Amino acid sequence: MKALFYPGCSMQRNARPYLDSLLAIRADIGLELQEIDDWNCCGATEYMSVHRVAAHSLIGRNLALAQAQAVDTDVLTAGCSACFLNLSKTDTQMREDAKLNGTVNEALAAGGLHYDAGSLKVRHLLDLVCHDIGYDAVKARVVKPLYGLKVAAYYGCQVVRPDYDGRWDSHEHPTAMDTLLRALGAEVVDWSLKTQCCGGHMSVIGPEVAFGLIRRLIHGAAEAGADMVVTLCPMCQLNLDAYQVEMNKHFHTDYRVPVLYFTQLMGLAFGKSAKELGIGKEFVDATPALAKIQAEAPKVAEAKRRRRPKPGDGLPMPRME
Amino acid sequence: MTDQFEPVIIGFTCNWCSYRAADLAGTARIKYPPNVRLIRLMCSGRLDPTFVLKALSEGADGVLIAGCHPGECHYLEQNYKALRRHRLMQRTLAQFGIEPERVRLTWASAAEGAKFAEDITEMVEQVRKLGPLNWPANLPTKPVPVGMVAAEIPVLSEEVA
Amino acid sequence: MTDKTQQERAGEERIGVYVCHCGSNIAGVVNVEAVAKFAAEDLKDRGVVLARDYTFMCSVAGQELIEQDIHEQGLTRVVVAACSPHLHEKTFRNVCERSGINPYLSEMASIREHVAWVHTDKAAATAKAKAIVNGAVERVLKNEPLEAIRVPIDAATLVVGGGIAGLQAALEVAEAGYDVYLIEREASLGGHMAQFDKTFPTLDCAACILTPKMAAVGSHARIHLFTWSEVEKVEGFVGNYTVTVKKKPRYVDEDVCTGCGICVEKCPVMVVDENFEAGIGYRKAIYWPFAQAVPNLPVLDPDTCTYFIGGKGGCKACEIFCPTVPNSILFDQKEERVSLKVGNIILATGWDLFNARRIPQYGYGRLANVFTSLELERMCNAAGPTSGRVVLRDGQTAPKAVGIVHCVGSRDRNYNGYCSAICCMQSLKLAHLVKERTGAEVYNFYIDIRTPGKEYDEFYLRVMDEGVHFVRGKVAEVSDVPIAPSEEGGKLYVQVEDTLAGLQRRIPVDMVVLSAGLEPRHDSAEVGKTFGIACSTNGWFIEKHAKMDPIATMTEGVFVAGCAQGPKDIPASVSQGAAAAARVLSHIRQGELALEPIRASVLEEQCSGCRICNGLCPFNAISFVAERKVSEINAALCQGCGTCVAACPAGAIQGSGFSNEQVLAQIEGLLRDVAQPVTREPVTA
Repeated sequence: MKALFYPGCSMQRNARPYLDSLLAIRADIGLELQEIDDWNCCGATEYMSVHRVAAHSLIGRNLALAQAQAVDTDVLTAGCSACFLNLSKTDTQMREDAKLNGTVNEALAAGGLHYDAGSLKVRHLLDLVCHDIGYDAVKARVVKPLYGLKVAAYYGCQVVRPDYDGRWDSHEHPTAMDTLLRALGAEVVDWSLKTQCCGGHMSVIGPEVAFGLIRRLIHGAAEAGADMVVTLCPMCQLNLDAYQVEMNKHFHTDYRVPVLYFTQLMGLAFGKSAKELGIGKEFVDATPALAKIQAEAPKVAEAKRRRRPKPGDGLPMPRME
Repeated sequence: MTDQFEPVIIGFTCNWCSYRAADLAGTARIKYPPNVRLIRLMCSGRLDPTFVLKALSEGADGVLIAGCHPGECHYLEQNYKALRRHRLMQRTLAQFGIEPERVRLTWASAAEGAKFAEDITEMVEQVRKLGPLNWPANLPTKPVPVGMVAAEIPVLSEEVA
Repeated sequence: MTDKTQQERAGEERIGVYVCHCGSNIAGVVNVEAVAKFAAEDLKDRGVVLARDYTFMCSVAGQELIEQDIHEQGLTRVVVAACSPHLHEKTFRNVCERSGINPYLSEMASIREHVAWVHTDKAAATAKAKAIVNGAVERVLKNEPLEAIRVPIDAATLVVGGGIAGLQAALEVAEAGYDVYLIEREASLGGHMAQFDKTFPTLDCAACILTPKMAAVGSHARIHLFTWSEVEKVEGFVGNYTVTVKKKPRYVDEDVCTGCGICVEKCPVMVVDENFEAGIGYRKAIYWPFAQAVPNLPVLDPDTCTYFIGGKGGCKACEIFCPTVPNSILFDQKEERVSLKVGNIILATGWDLFNARRIPQYGYGRLANVFTSLELERMCNAAGPTSGRVVLRDGQTAPKAVGIVHCVGSRDRNYNGYCSAICCMQSLKLAHLVKERTGAEVYNFYIDIRTPGKEYDEFYLRVMDEGVHFVRGKVAEVSDVPIAPSEEGGKLYVQVEDTLAGLQRRIPVDMVVLSAGLEPRHDSAEVGKTFGIACSTNGWFIEKHAKMDPIATMTEGVFVAGCAQGPKDIPASVSQGAAAAARVLSHIRQGELALEPIRASVLEEQCSGCRICNGLCPFNAISFVAERKVSEINAALCQGCGTCVAACPAGAIQGSGFSNEQVLAQIEGLLRDVAQPVTREPVTA
């Protein structure tokens, strides 16, 4: 499938491995990306609270450019959660608020641009991979399954919430990336921190708060037995990876949980080299974790035959259908 | 009163929801323009398209049809049948050269006196803008060429089927 | 209908028109004298022989005025321009009937609700009132004399559902001396109440008050029990229903089995009981739902029985050890269908528990020590899987701190918007029981406490006095992950905004109980369809009127009781069960029932047999008679909506009370003042 692509600033710099791995796998999954020419900053999380109209206009410019440049597609995708949310938010609010729509287009008109709200479908990269390309298509490309690797799927806050277009199964406990990683052969651990805060920009403005939040996630992943955290957001990756050392210092702990992007794991499973996928640029070394990948599928214990409960067995757990 | 055009609209209501909504508008003393004259049917599903054509041909400028909300029909699902017929009627009216906006379908529960009054007010304004229908005087006096219309009947959309 | 023209008929009929002042309610806005004058003069050629205005038409004097005119002036039809027909149609029909005119030869023109109360411009209001009166006069000319439809009532009654509401209804009807068929889907009577330990607010033991009722029903000569059975088809109409009941095979001979229980004891298979034990206890492959089951017959589950799983080979322990002669175990028992004739039906099909897995952030199914309220009910029950001990999932440890989360799946627009009505009291009850049995610290997390029953709020105060903590706030998350290093592992953390203190709190507990809401039965829409009744958008069965008739449904002879109609507690369910029985008994005692004659009927000579109408009727009142190749409408099933009348391409279906002629005439009357003279040249093809 084809989609317009808004890379955003982080993918060009600190989240370069995200971009590299995406570019490395796009042919395998049949994803054709058309980068928006002359795109600008998305305003990140802060601008919206500084000046609403200016922030929407800033984003509206990207939407207008995308609309004008679109060839054979009306899907606009971004890999960064903040970029995705901003594009989606402006599109939705322009659709719903005629006044805002007018003001933003007035601003755009000064630059000879115009955006028809609703004309593009703004979708996160994970959404495209899981729901459009599909798990089966991904599975079909797997040549080196990630057997033996235990991963914690971490979605962060901005992709599944507020979910303007109803793309996800749950806003608190989504499962799309879990299913995707299972399709790659990895074992996905169960943890309840999938959409908890990574600290966001608190790592800069209030490190102690951020350390607490980072610790919770890293500790939770380690407790759940994960070899690594897999994410879809440059901000989450940066906080959990780059600040893990500082967090350890702060709490006198010694966690070493690497944090990779789902595209990197897809690349590994598709047989790409670590270098090609930007693996090795992370702060917490992923090599020990990746060494756990085995050639053989781990033996799944055969479903236990029903047996009579013995005293001391405890109460049965609820059946999950 | 200025000499602005005062349309006459026939309103078909169902016995259980919309007629009671009109009753409630009365009990609550909610005001709406006096241009609508109501007829009570047991159900919006009772609405024979003939009634609409009859009303228009007798001098009404518009027809308002009001039933229970979807899913709340007193007769389980007959308001859906009114919905289907309304869609079909819209096409027929267009072929007659009558603005489809002259025949409006709306839902009003027995608790929605205010909403029903609003619907009536809106409808009156809408028909006022369209102007008099004056159908009895405008009925065709020339024969319509045979076969002109049949080929142009549009395919029904799924929601109607 | 007759072939007379409206003009001819107008010449024969003598219509009286009465315009009501309703004090100043109508007269204050509408010039009532002018309306009466209009009727008397302008509608003279339409058959109006007199028109009067009067202060209160509905008063005794007003009614007598009409009676007098009917007798003295020989009126044949009556039009009353007053309030909405929903208020006084019956009144004026009765006046006509008393005076010897068929009641359906009267018509009301609503000039209060639809004119005087909603308009301010007097001239316009008077003009509209005239038009409405004109419409009513034209319509009344087309009215046909109608007779109420009389149907005999079969005294036998069907009760569907053997929970507390159904039990009560069945007992009431049977005690009055009439036969009751009680259909229960599960293997035993009792419903959800049988699962509970104590009942609020008095804390009597549920079994102590329920089992005598179950036994009374089980042994009642007039009550015919069909457990492990479901209603498959309902045909007919009020007074005269034919019901097909499917008896599922229980693989046990009901007539021979003595209920000794040796088969259950010998059965080697033990599986989790998802049903009665709410998933925290076990049962055998052949089992009773619970010890006091009525009837006292086990049921064999072929999905878990070794004999059935093994393709009918092996085990057979139950059969081998069965002491009865002949053997009670019938491995070859088949489904059976029974046809029953009943006059009335009471639906008491109950509720399903909200599936707490749908709120993943509360951790049910993921976090071992998160339980549902129903699981805790079973745990508290002395006959339950833990013999009444409140313990963690390990089956051993008593919790030291327990959090009870209210409104799980209720009052939440993501799940169910409604209040489940019982959860506050249930949570308070469980809080009390946990405190009593473990001495644990108990926290209730609530949005609002709703205790509107008798002695309910007193119970709330009592539980507060016992030292149970109350935190007002909706729980955001239940997590097993400590945030700060100061937080211990192995605990559950309840993250909640304490809206009274204005704080975010994280309360560590050992056990979380989700007070899950009540939901309509998963198959309520299908069941509704079987019985010809509708479900609200929430899925509960719709009663005839939310306030004035919460027991009947739109289908004559079908009543609802208990939670099938909406969430309610035990006293309310019992009351509604008894009320439904009273309604049924009233039908039975009348012997026959008079139904409104607003019905559709087919003129056979005009019916082409196209069958377009057949599929339109939601009450299955229209059937095709193959021999005569025409459609036929069952008058007792027909509810009079008239959809088929409007749909018949041949005009072969007549809708009495709302005929085409009546409506078309009313349109003409309503528009007489605006209709233009039409001059048309003939249209030639």
